[in-house]
Order: sequence, then C-alpha cells, then structure tokens
Amino acid sequence: MKKSMLRTKNLVFEYIRRDEEGNVEDILRALDDVSLEVQKGEFVAILGHNGSGKSTVAKHINALLSPTEGAVFVNDMDTQDEEHLWDIRKSAGMVFQNPDNQIIATVVEEDVAFGPENVGVPTEEIWRRVEESLTAVGMTAYRTHSPNKLSGGQKQRVAIAGIMAMRPDCIILDEPTAMLDPVGRKEVMKTVHELNKIEGVTILLITHYMDEVIDADRVIVMDEGKIVMQGTPRQIFSQVDKLKGYRLDVPQVTELAYELKKQGVPMPDGILTVEEFTAAYTAVKAKYGQGSV
Amino acid sequence: MIRDITIGQYYPVDSPIHRLDPRVKLAGTMLFLVSLFAFSGYLGYVIAAVFVGIVIKISKVPFRYIVRGLKPVLILLLFTLLFNVFLTREGKELFSWGIIHIYDQGLIIAGLMAVRLILLVIGTSLMTFTTTPNQLTDGLEKGLRGLKKIKVPVHEIAMMMSIALRFIPILIEETDKIMKAQQARGADFESGKLLQRAKALVPLLVPLVVSAFRRANDLALAMEARCYHGGDGRTKMKPLKYKKRDAVAYLILFGYVGLVIGSGFLF
Repeated sequence: MKKSMLRTKNLVFEYIRRDEEGNVEDILRALDDVSLEVQKGEFVAILGHNGSGKSTVAKHINALLSPTEGAVFVNDMDTQDEEHLWDIRKSAGMVFQNPDNQIIATVVEEDVAFGPENVGVPTEEIWRRVEESLTAVGMTAYRTHSPNKLSGGQKQRVAIAGIMAMRPDCIILDEPTAMLDPVGRKEVMKTVHELNKIEGVTILLITHYMDEVIDADRVIVMDEGKIVMQGTPRQIFSQVDKLKGYRLDVPQVTELAYELKKQGVPMPDGILTVEEFTAAYTAVKAKYGQGSV
Repeated sequence: MIRDITIGQYYPVDSPIHRLDPRVKLAGTMLFLVSLFAFSGYLGYVIAAVFVGIVIKISKVPFRYIVRGLKPVLILLLFTLLFNVFLTREGKELFSWGIIHIYDQGLIIAGLMAVRLILLVIGTSLMTFTTTPNQLTDGLEKGLRGLKKIKVPVHEIAMMMSIALRFIPILIEETDKIMKAQQARGADFESGKLLQRAKALVPLLVPLVVSAFRRANDLALAMEARCYHGGDGRTKMKPLKYKKRDAVAYLILFGYVGLVIGSGFLF
C-alpha cells in the first residue's frame, strides 16, 4: 500500500469580512467540505475556474492558511500543530504564480540557498544542495546571473530549484505557468514532470490549462469550493458536457472528437492527444469507408 | 534599456580592495571620514590625499570614473565655497565692493573645506565602487550584530535592504509599463510647468504603490512558505570570514589614522 502524502479531511475555509467594529459583515465560504488524498510519488492536478477554491486548498497544505473546520495532514502531521509548522513547510514546498514575487535574492544561486539558510543547513551542505537543485531544473549555467535578466520560464525554474533545495517530499505548484509564454510553460511543465519521475517528488499541480493536466496520474475538478469530479485524465475528459458546466474547457483534440461524435461520427470518448485522435479517426474511416465520414 | 540600470555604482574589476571583507571597507570608510575632521594643519590634508590616492591606485578604478562621481555634489561644493569666501571676516581684507568683502582667511578656509569635501566624497564612493550592494548588506548585518543587544533589528534591516535592491529594477520596469499604458491613452508626462508635471505623476504613483503592496504581500507569503522566520538559527551560503589580508588592511588603517591625528601635534 502506498503511503499518504497529503490529506485533507472535510476541509472548510471561510473568509470573514468584518466592519470597523469587528462585527462580522460577510462570510464567504471558499472551501466547502473538501476531502482529498494524494499518495507519495503521485502527480495530481487540481482543475478549476477562477474562484473555485483551488488556490485556497494549496495555501492550506503549506500551512499558510488554517482551516475553519476540518483538518489538513502533510506526511501525517496536522498543519494546525504549531510544533510541526517548519517540518510541514520543509516537506511540502510551494511554487507561486508570479515568478518575480517569489525570488528574494539578487543572484540565482543565493536565491536557491534562501530556503536551506532559513532552516539552518550548514554552509557546505547548502553549496551541495544548490548545485543539485540547479542541476535538477537545468539552470546551472545561470547560477551567478541576476534573476532580473532571466525569462519568465527560467525564473519559475529557479523558484522550483529554491524549493528543491529544501529537499521536499512534495511540491505544490499554484498556477506556475499562468504568467508565462508558451515556451516558458513548456519548460516549466517538463521540469515538473522530470522531478516527479526522476526525483520521485509528489506533485500537486493547480492550473486551469487543460493541456497540462493530460499527463497527470489523477485529476481533481473543483467548483465553488467543492470537489465535483475526480479521476484519471481520460475519465475526466470523457465528460465534456459536465466540464463545460463548470466553465472549464477540454483539450482541443478532445473537443474536436467530441464535436465529431455529436455530428454522428462514432469517435471514442476521452481522446487526449493528437496521436490518439489520428489513430481513432483512421480506424473509424477504415470501418465505415470514405463516404460516410 | 531601462532594465540595464545598475544599482549603486559597483565597478567590476578584481583588485585587492575589491577582495577585502566588506566589514573592513565599512569600518575603513567610517574611520576615514572621522579622520578628515580630526586633524588640524596642512600636513593632515597631504596625508589624507596621499592615502586616498594610493587606495585608488590599488583599487584599479579609473580616476575619471571617480571624478565623474563628484558631479552630484558639485552644487553643494560651490555653495560651501561661496559661503566661506563671502562670510568669513578674518585676516586681511583683499577685496571690497559694496557689501562684498573678501578676506584672505576666507579664501584659505574655503579652499581647505573644498579639499575636505572632495576627499570625503571620494572616500565614500570608493567603498561603493569596490563593494557590491549585496556584500554591503552582508557586511552591515554582521558588522553591526552587536547592536542587536540594544534591540536594533539588524537582520531585518539588512533583509529589507537586499529585498529593496532586488525590487528596484522590477518597480522601475513597472513604472515604465504604467507610463506607456497611460501615454497610450493620452497622458502627458513631458510638457507643462514643474507643478503640472508633478501633478501628472499622481496617476502614475497610485497604481505603482498598489502594485508594490501586492508584490510585498506575495513575497511575504513566498518567504514564509520557504521557512523564513527571521534571523535566528539562520545559516549562510556565503558567510563572511576575516582573512589575513583583512587584518593587514586594519593595521594599515589604524596606522593611517594615527599618522593623521599625530600630524596635528607635530606641526
């Protein structure tokens, strides 16, 4: 049996707005009874429209937010337990959306060292970890550069290296590619997948780009603070209508296959890649002949 | 283009002065400033000037570079010169016309004041020429560690300085972006009188401040997520360690200070 890395149990979180006297003015339930589990070594993606609560979940896992009700466990440590705060943040690193706003130092290698410095790692060990982390994200050539001169994708990889240097068991990425160009997005996603496969780091990817979800082991769809769908990418993307109901899109090829099916072409459900599409389409064509399609 | 702005005026060459521990350079600059006002007599000026000259030579920073650094203080220099020349009423009167009286002592004091100021500016800029802002913050943090006992938040100040250094170029870029966005919608930053131009900056500053706060909030979250919890128990990737050359530099410094102060008693 695999070991559980992250677990939330009936997690509820409410944003409470107070007026000047401190009376409750408005309560906004951002998370409503969210229970999810991520196993060690898994690559899980959380999908959701803006305001679906997906980032709020991420902040709970890193103990940046505390649950209103329910509980969050990282490596079986309760995030509400002050005693484990630093252990939790060490084992569940977090990468944020804006690459500029999470790089602290003016030199790449010093930024990677920031995390280990905070937890009191000895100097020689810091150098070793910086070296390893920069190699893992393929940024060794830039170690003495200023972050300001890097591209968005490179900055985001430096940020990931900064997390890796703390030797986490798990990395939570909160829309890491939302501010990047297509090249940067590809770079970052490739890095994340490599970390998952080669270093065995558990990944929790929060995104609203469908294409990034295809290669995940499991997808969780959130809407209005609730988990509404869960399953493999294929299971999820087979339900095009349901996804559209949550204001989410499907990958382009999936959409094309779906539309063809609606028009009467017998395409299978849950096509995720161009290769699958061409294979299925050729099969359909061979079976029913040129004229019918 | 705006990306290329460098903060501080670090001159990147490799010299014995560059390699010194930043604490030595900080202490050296302080001592030098004090020494400039500690001596009396002409010999002090000569010693101070020679000392600065030698340091410039060792630092490999081109002299014209240093002279260029004097430009911003030119006006201040001129003011002190004029005040000293016109307001000193000592010694022999050399020239008098209406309310203007010039005395020989005035000229001498003005001249010496100018030399002192120039030496002072060169002395401090030598430090910034040979030390990166990062080293400076590191040096300040470690050098002033003792102040922690009287509750001066030394680590926090140093952290703030280094974050400021990191974000200045980002905010400059952002200013540029906002300016262009507003110019595209007809904002005018370049014409009009001073007051008008200052007023035109208000719509620029508001979004800039708002965005700076947002960035600060993001950064604080990111720092917390990376286990930042103040200076206690923190280790360093590049800790400052005194080397032999730093001890030599300290010795030379004290020698210089002794000489300058001593010169006043000799003559």
